[in-house]
Amino acid sequence: MLASEASRRILRLGLLSGGFILFAGVIGMIAAFHEREVVDDFISLGQVLLLATPFITSYMAATRLLESGESPRLALAGGLAIGVLSALPTVILLLFNSDDYRYLLDASLKLLPFVAASYLAWKSHAQGNEPRQVAATWLIAALLIGIVSFGFALIFEVKGDLRGVLVNVDRDWVEVVTFDHRRELWTGIGLLLAASAGAGLSGVIMRILPEVPRRALLYGLGITLLVGAFGETVRLILQENLDRDTLRAIFRRDTLRQNAAAMLFIISTFAGFLWAMFGGRAQSEFAALDDSRRHQVRNLGMLLFAALLLALPWLIGRTLSDVAVTIGIFVLMGLGLNIAIGLAGLLDLGYVTNYAVGAYILAVLTSIGPLGLFKGTFTFWSVIPIALLAAMFAGFIFAVPVLRMRGDYLAIATLGFGEIIGKLALSDWLKPLIGGAQGVQNIPKPFLFATELKNPEQLYYIVLVASLVTLFVSIRLNNSRSGRQWMAIREDEDVATAMGIDTARAKLLAFTLSAATGGVAGAIFAAKVGTVFPNSFTVFISINVLSLIIVGGIASNPGIVVGAVVLIGMPELLREFSDFRFLMYGALLILMMINRPQGFIPSKLVMHEVHAGAKPKVSASD
Amino acid sequence: MALLEVNDIHTYYGNIHALKGISFEVDSGEIIALIGSNGAGKTTTLRTISGLMSPRAGNIVYAGRDISSTRADLLVLSGISMVPEGRGVFAKLTVEENLDMGAYVRTDGEVADDLDSAFEMFPRLLERRKQLAGTLSGGEQQMLAIARALMSRPRLLLLDEPSMGLAPVLVDVVFEAIQRIASEGVTILLVEQNAHMALQIANRGYVLQSGEVAISDTAANLQRNEVVQKTYLGID
Ligand SMILES: Nc1ncnc2c1ncn2[C@@H]1O[C@H](COP(=O)(O)OP(=O)(O)OP(=O)(O)O)[C@@H](O)[C@H]1O
Ligand SMILES: [Mg+2]
Repeated sequence: MLASEASRRILRLGLLSGGFILFAGVIGMIAAFHEREVVDDFISLGQVLLLATPFITSYMAATRLLESGESPRLALAGGLAIGVLSALPTVILLLFNSDDYRYLLDASLKLLPFVAASYLAWKSHAQGNEPRQVAATWLIAALLIGIVSFGFALIFEVKGDLRGVLVNVDRDWVEVVTFDHRRELWTGIGLLLAASAGAGLSGVIMRILPEVPRRALLYGLGITLLVGAFGETVRLILQENLDRDTLRAIFRRDTLRQNAAAMLFIISTFAGFLWAMFGGRAQSEFAALDDSRRHQVRNLGMLLFAALLLALPWLIGRTLSDVAVTIGIFVLMGLGLNIAIGLAGLLDLGYVTNYAVGAYILAVLTSIGPLGLFKGTFTFWSVIPIALLAAMFAGFIFAVPVLRMRGDYLAIATLGFGEIIGKLALSDWLKPLIGGAQGVQNIPKPFLFATELKNPEQLYYIVLVASLVTLFVSIRLNNSRSGRQWMAIREDEDVATAMGIDTARAKLLAFTLSAATGGVAGAIFAAKVGTVFPNSFTVFISINVLSLIIVGGIASNPGIVVGAVVLIGMPELLREFSDFRFLMYGALLILMMINRPQGFIPSKLVMHEVHAGAKPKVSASD
Repeated sequence: MALLEVNDIHTYYGNIHALKGISFEVDSGEIIALIGSNGAGKTTTLRTISGLMSPRAGNIVYAGRDISSTRADLLVLSGISMVPEGRGVFAKLTVEENLDMGAYVRTDGEVADDLDSAFEMFPRLLERRKQLAGTLSGGEQQMLAIARALMSRPRLLLLDEPSMGLAPVLVDVVFEAIQRIASEGVTILLVEQNAHMALQIANRGYVLQSGEVAISDTAANLQRNEVVQKTYLGID
């Protein structure tokens, strides 16, 4: 009984993993990721996806199995099975897709109705139904399924192959999943099955290993794969600091060479080993230090971090500084929106409004193009406060009608406002002012004492300063009287009123302050790109900002920074992701909400919320 | 002069006519009980007085001032404090933070003293000052709600069914506390299902029925009244 439960679990996980790989292939994700070589001439990101899936699945399965007292032998068998099952759907699709075996698809589509109907009839018989009913079941099932499956068979016959129907099941995909053996199909299938089974098996072996080597290997593997996957980025960073020859020894163009990868793996595994052995001790020693010493260590850490932030553009070079500026713009917006969502609990889905207002204000006031109102009279610096105030004003105006709304209704209404702004920017009515679909062009870069801040490395500092100021203000706000008002409103608006809080005013204040940084972010964005188009201001901006807050940890300032780096930075760095960005967003959000609803770096308050149910007597620590 | 005068108020939920002309008064220093069966309009009366709803007709005079359409948050400032039905503590804040929130309207420097006296009145809260309010037992939450209402230093305290869902021992604790609060000069308007307890500590009482005042008398007389005995005290 127990064994069958275990095998059912293995079957389910294996099919899930296989289904995922098939899906990733059919939507073109595997082929797209294949473009990115993780280790030169050895493994691509697509293949990593192909193998990491059974690896992770069987690692998780092994955890469950071992925890419920199954033997390691069974777990190993399970890992093997998961590996094979992970490849199986892909193998079937490969066969169906090849010219030599197409008849298999045809035959199985034509057989399917009879087999399925017989199965259903047998079940009906087993339930004790009368022969007439059983026969009727068989007939109806065969007919219904037959129509669909003969239809598909017809489509494939007419279309010639699967490519016409599943557009991504193409040569590239076949090449990836057969490990470059498109011509010798059976060798390719053998390789795929073997590799997948090996991955599944190693997942279990990894799980069975004692903790120290396991963690060391996982660190080593993880770091090597990360460096490989972000090879382009890593190379850009190293390029600033290493000479050409060393660089060439490590990378072939953007990809990690095999020797370098092996070295990296060994070094990072060794470092992981040291950390796994002694990391715990270091942490407990840190905890054992007395308060003032601990403070010193922490301050030293902060100082190093600040130095890193200051030196960042020199360390990472132009391309990455550009990414850092984009991340910074979203950090600014995240910190702003967090005032409404995190502190006051007001679900605002129209945050893009403030961003657009800031961008257009800067564009119109400083542009030296035909739409510029003042042609260079106003500088970037003098317009920043104007953009800030204008965004606050917009936030205020849009807040007034929604003050009485709560929760879902508020979200829908603000979503509507975001859309209105997009349409307004496109409208003929405002076209003379802001250029309709053509937008506003020729926005000059900011000047600082006669130097033009035209590089991302220089713009970075503007974003950095703005973010630090915002961070400071939002920490102060959180501990202020307004912060307490918002906390009460977020908890219970009625009771907050009963405490003597003017909820309408507190909400207005939250919306207005929250809008401010959106305006600054928009203005910096406009100066950075030099042109402002309506289609930069879609609902996706609002969604991105909201997602980064949620993923990072709602109401947590460090969380917002991490969220921005993960959600905004990663897709910028991994161009191969770009088409699948929203898919990965969705997957990440779902995974986060299931496994870590409090976000990467939860705020203290939200930790209470999430755990309050589980542990009835948590006391608020300090 | 009465501290609170309610004159013929009519309050509606949409077009549901919940209060159909209620009048009563509360003198300074009194404990007044409002009793009545479920749906009689007791909570609605308190919500109307505290400014969470406004009456469509009639008026409410507090300390000589018409407050019928004054906002709830301003009424807290002028000394009306309410313990809502079902307690309404801030579940995710600690006991101490809840009490602080109760003192939100105050600007004087004596909040810390009042915190001490709240803990003195309810020692159980002192033991749990760092605990999340949502994890307190029902009785403890009720104590917290009362203590929090006192943190704004009210002249008039509105209590909505403080004994709801409490074990008899705790009901005694809560009612003793109410009497102590009254003895310190706070006027109390007490809504209760537990008519027996309420009439024991009250000076006078009003019986509400379907949005109207059915009987009004001194607490002692109400306890002897046959209708009240039958309907609200369970005595045949
Ligand atoms: N939000 C609302 N919307 C519509 N009708 C309401 C609402 N709240 C209360 N009512 C109605 O108003 C009337 C008075 O309700 P109220 O809550 O004042 O009763 P109550 O005397 O406090 O009763 P209980 O002892 O059960 O708390 C009831 O008929 C109730 O159904
Ligand atoms: Mg009630």
